[in-house]
Amino acid sequence: MRGVEGLHGAIRRFFDSDLWYSFTRSKVTVLAALVTLAFILAAIFAPLIAPHDPFDPASLDLMDAFTPPAWYPEGTTEFLLGTDDQGRDLLSTILYGSRISLFVGFASMLFAMVVGVSLGLISGYIGGPIDAVLMRIADVQISFPAILIAMLVDGVARGILPTQRHEALAIWVMVFSIGISNWVHFARTVRGSTMVEKNKEYVQAARVIGRSRPTIMFQHILPNVMGPVLVIATIGLAVAILTEATLSYLGVGVPPTKPSLGTLIRIGQSFLFAGEWWIVIFPGAALATLVLAVNLLGDWLRDALNPKLR
Amino acid sequence: MARSLLEVERLGIEFNTRRGTLVAVDGISFEIEEGEVFGVVGESGAGKSLTGQAIIGLLEPPGRISSGRIYLNGKRIDQLPYEELRRIRGKKIGMIFQDPLTSLNPLYTIGKQLIETILTHLPLSHKEARQRALKLLTEVGIPAPDKRIDHYPHQFSGGMRQRVVIALALCADPSLVIADEPTTALDVSIQAQIIALLKRLCEEKGTAVMLITHDMGVIAEICDRVAVMYAGRLVEIGPVAQVVKFPQHPYSQGLMGSIPSLRRRVRRLTQIDGAMPRLNEIPPGCAFHPRCKHSFDRCHKERPKLVETSTTKVACWLYGN
Amino acid sequence: MIALIIRRLFQSFVVMLAVALVAFSLFRYVGDPVSQMVGQETSIADRERLREELGLNDPIIVQFSRFVLNSLQGKFGISFRLGRPVKELIAERLPATLELSLVAALFSLAVGIPMGVYTGLYPHRYLSKFFQAISLIGISLPTFLIGILLILIFGVILGWLPTFGRGEVVKLGWWSTGLLTVSGWKAIIMPAFTLGMFQLTLIMRLVRSEMMEVLRADFIKFARARGLSNRAINFGHALKNTLVPVITITGLQLGSIIAFAIITETVFQWPGMGLLFLQSIQFADIPVMSTYLILIAFFFVLINMIVDILYHIVDPRLRAEGAVV
Repeated sequence: MRGVEGLHGAIRRFFDSDLWYSFTRSKVTVLAALVTLAFILAAIFAPLIAPHDPFDPASLDLMDAFTPPAWYPEGTTEFLLGTDDQGRDLLSTILYGSRISLFVGFASMLFAMVVGVSLGLISGYIGGPIDAVLMRIADVQISFPAILIAMLVDGVARGILPTQRHEALAIWVMVFSIGISNWVHFARTVRGSTMVEKNKEYVQAARVIGRSRPTIMFQHILPNVMGPVLVIATIGLAVAILTEATLSYLGVGVPPTKPSLGTLIRIGQSFLFAGEWWIVIFPGAALATLVLAVNLLGDWLRDALNPKLR
Repeated sequence: MARSLLEVERLGIEFNTRRGTLVAVDGISFEIEEGEVFGVVGESGAGKSLTGQAIIGLLEPPGRISSGRIYLNGKRIDQLPYEELRRIRGKKIGMIFQDPLTSLNPLYTIGKQLIETILTHLPLSHKEARQRALKLLTEVGIPAPDKRIDHYPHQFSGGMRQRVVIALALCADPSLVIADEPTTALDVSIQAQIIALLKRLCEEKGTAVMLITHDMGVIAEICDRVAVMYAGRLVEIGPVAQVVKFPQHPYSQGLMGSIPSLRRRVRRLTQIDGAMPRLNEIPPGCAFHPRCKHSFDRCHKERPKLVETSTTKVACWLYGN
Repeated sequence: MIALIIRRLFQSFVVMLAVALVAFSLFRYVGDPVSQMVGQETSIADRERLREELGLNDPIIVQFSRFVLNSLQGKFGISFRLGRPVKELIAERLPATLELSLVAALFSLAVGIPMGVYTGLYPHRYLSKFFQAISLIGISLPTFLIGILLILIFGVILGWLPTFGRGEVVKLGWWSTGLLTVSGWKAIIMPAFTLGMFQLTLIMRLVRSEMMEVLRADFIKFARARGLSNRAINFGHALKNTLVPVITITGLQLGSIIAFAIITETVFQWPGMGLLFLQSIQFADIPVMSTYLILIAFFFVLINMIVDILYHIVDPRLRAEGAVV
């Protein structure tokens, strides 16, 4: 019973909060949230709403290749947005592609968050040599662009794993390489806030009553440093989606049999000069819309949680 | 009728927030005469600093002047266009802020900051401005000014920096200096020196001072007249001797009771129970009545106006009407 | 100042050594260097002899020292994929990448800083909101998509600019430059714009937020209270104080331009190092990968040193004797 009331209270507090207020005040933010939500739903239910299954080679017919969008005289309503060079329905491929993009984005962002937040907490709370070593590593890593790190990790994985295995594991290699290239931002921010928080009275009180270090770090300090983490996570999601698209575009990401949005654009670029613009433009527009929406959310969140900037 | 140097008439300051309009300063009036040291005292949040900022036209949004008028030498200044008001700042009215550590630009030498300000307001050559800057630094008691003038703020101690800030505020010989908690951020041992310096310089130059502070001790030491603010309202105003020795308003009495004294043997310093109300919770009637020992029925309903008593002007139903 | 440079040099040395260690581990442990170099039919005895000749049986520390010494002399090994010395490959492609990065960097600074200052000073004007919108699109549109759109519009539809390559190049010793010919300039416009666009938005947003932060500072309030002109406050006091963080981040960003060039070079088939690196990843061509890594690290260290020195020129607090850096 108490739990239910607590939940109701939390919900009421949420809708009464400044955060919710500033959210409803900004039409752009609401729109961005709706667009993001629509993408997530479309990605989850892609198998149900997509007219074709682009990952099923048996259903593809090369005769359908390069069909233009439906409003062209040569187009058909069977392929609303046209088809690519393999005869895959673009609309379905975009839906399935968003699924891969969002999955890799979320998974790698979560991975980066878990690693970064844990190391940041440890570094900030315990300090000493552990802190020095971790921050030195972070310094060196942050001076290299995330995309380069992700590419290197991917390249190394190709060197270690046999080709077959690599194909099968490609998505997880991506998640790992993008995640590992983004943990530093989380770690630095959390470390900074932890160093501030650990001198506050509630932490000292917890220490005095004999709570263990992990308890203090994860139960007492962590909730108080989550604000900035949320902002970084949102912007990190956009960055992760972009990184995945870029890696796939460069041909070092997911295999072309399961095209993500980036792969589609890569494929489409070769046909740009022949006038088949739709293979690039539709996936490109989908990708840009998704990233723009997530970035807008991140921007809003940053301003809303940082009252100084209002 | 000879007009005062500064006249503030029924000044009101409001903040528009999502939960409605907050009244931070509610129709206060006072004047400051030439060469006078005028103290404004009250707890933090009473609206003292806002009043100072409003006079110099530097209220930060969403704060704004909602009513009233401000005159300098008989000329209305609260509605001047930005450029005209800018020429008054520094030239006619100087301002000193609380924290000398952050008041100076860390990337410019103090000499550059002084010369820049002097050249903005006075028709001098660069060389003359530097001479004037050196003279000012000497006046505020910076040792070896010809060397120190080319130093950066971080090379000075807190007290020394506040001396530089005073030199900056006085560099165009303004007729009024608004000093907003000028010593709060300093060591106690240095506070007295800075206050003494400010008093001496302004006396020599005939500059009036509006001293904003919550420190009754400082007020008692250097002010000629003092205004007591509570929750955005003026509750008592009068000559410092009267307000300090014979405070009329119960709030002023409470404040004065909190000054430690060497001469009088008081067993215990008094304190005022409770806290000043937040701006969105100011009670009807007299804002002080929930904390007042003498409050009666009328205090809860009607707002008292400032009335003249034998010694000071006071807004309290205990006196008159 | 000298002490600073020495300290920085030492730190740079440590960073380079760390990167060399990573590159070495790649070189040594990812895949077997021997089987990469010889065919399937080579006998085990031959392989063993090759191992011995290559020194792969020496203690690791000896191998690493040799790797570092070789790298210092520019001996980076032979590309698995192309069978040519990596040094030659890099030397051929370095000028293309550096010219592209330089033009992109100048473009992003020259446009990004004024835009940032403007939006920071006047956040509520329409032009600022327009710039803000552009910057948001700039960080949301992936670099390669910007490139492709440019190709579509200016290359395919309008036919104004070349869609790939560097145009005509002129040899200056071993350096080949495209900046001395008209076709070279035409060819660099779209790639440089594409590469600079992302940095431009980052720089603009950074300058804007720093500017807004500084404008809230006490010393700005005090400067206003002294009646200084807006011009002196905004472009003197405020701008100078935003320079310190802007220099730092901009420095780091410029370093990353060289790495981001990988993407742009792919879109425009620009014959630079990035394209080489990308191909080496696809073929797990470790010598090229590790050399590229070392080279990028070197540029970073160099840029970081320049940034630090600039820092000290701008901020007197760091110049002070005994100041803690």
